Amino acid sequence: MENKTTKIQVLGSGCPTCKKLFELTKQAVNELELKTEVEYIADIQKIIEMGVMQSPVLAINGKPAITGFLPDVKKIKEAIKKFI
Amino acid sequence: MDIFYPVKLLADWLTPNVALNFFIYDTIKIFILLAVIIFIVSIIRSYLPPEKIRAILSRKNKYTGNVVASLLGIITPFCSCSAIPLFLGFVQAGVPLGVTFSFLVASPMINEVALVLLLGLFGWKIALIYILSGLIIAIFSGIIIGKLKVENLVEPFVYQNTINGNTDLPKMSQKERIAYAKNYTLDILKKVWPYVLVGIGVGAWIHGYVPADFLAKYAGSNKWYAVPLAVLIGIPLYSNAAGIIPLVSALTEKGVAMGTTLAFMMSVTALSLPEFMILKKVMKTKLILIFAGIVGAGIMFTGFLFNLILK
Repeated sequence: MENKTTKIQVLGSGCPTCKKLFELTKQAVNELELKTEVEYIADIQKIIEMGVMQSPVLAINGKPAITGFLPDVKKIKEAIKKFI
Repeated sequence: MDIFYPVKLLADWLTPNVALNFFIYDTIKIFILLAVIIFIVSIIRSYLPPEKIRAILSRKNKYTGNVVASLLGIITPFCSCSAIPLFLGFVQAGVPLGVTFSFLVASPMINEVALVLLLGLFGWKIALIYILSGLIIAIFSGIIIGKLKVENLVEPFVYQNTINGNTDLPKMSQKERIAYAKNYTLDILKKVWPYVLVGIGVGAWIHGYVPADFLAKYAGSNKWYAVPLAVLIGIPLYSNAAGIIPLVSALTEKGVAMGTTLAFMMSVTALSLPEFMILKKVMKTKLILIFAGIVGAGIMFTGFLFNLILK
């Protein structure tokens, strides 16, 4: 798959749900065969600056794509595909 | 006519044992109510995420702000892990501190799981009394904290950052809303079912085997110390709210006064030790104590009031 510069971040407060989302996102990126690293950010201020108040957050290119709940891998892939 | 009459018939058909019959009936009824009501609340919530609530609140003035914040707190789920993002997000977008506190009080106190259990085990009148008292406590606690001018007790870094409250959230389709509500409902059910089962189980045992009015001499409405004691015991019990309400419903039958029961349940949901610990990241201990003190006083007042009225 062609891979433009996509920045994928998972932001969380360090709660178990957030770490789970990080794991699932890495899995999604692998399955899509992207060469992007998934970044995990535990700084709540970053979430707030993005304008979001729920954790966890999946952000793609700095924009919130999924907020406040734990989606399944399929949903994460769909969200990522919209941006590539 | 009671819509749960068929469940009653089923329980009667399965067993004549009082405690077991009570357990089967209550469990089925509560799980049906939980599934239906959490689903409905999740659908409403998908239209009103916290980010949208913030946009509404930052446009309101003080007093209407407190009222609206408390009402919106009802539909927002609250776990102590979201306390900090909510607090920062509100305050940094310019929502007044008092209005933010109204929301922080209402959100955990009036939650859908507590409501279902109250509705299913105590009936709609007590559920309504609980909601209205909770709203009044949330509104007034927020107004009082707003008047106290305690902004200096918030950690300085909170006010060093300001953000504009406009958020570009991903849009949800109708299908996604339903999928979200379904996932959320299953999630909550998975989390609470053991507590609910144990709570109803112990409650059913009490219902069947403890003599009526057994507790009246310790916790009847004429015992002044029952209400403050109930509030104190409630503070460390937050995570088990789902199991505690079925339990106290059985205790009420055995002579604990209704006002005391209400105060206990409010304390369990609204005053939570883990939440206080987390809030220490953004505010001084003194402010947490003021917050707990005001809400605690409001809860005790409610308890005494309904011990007088609901005899």
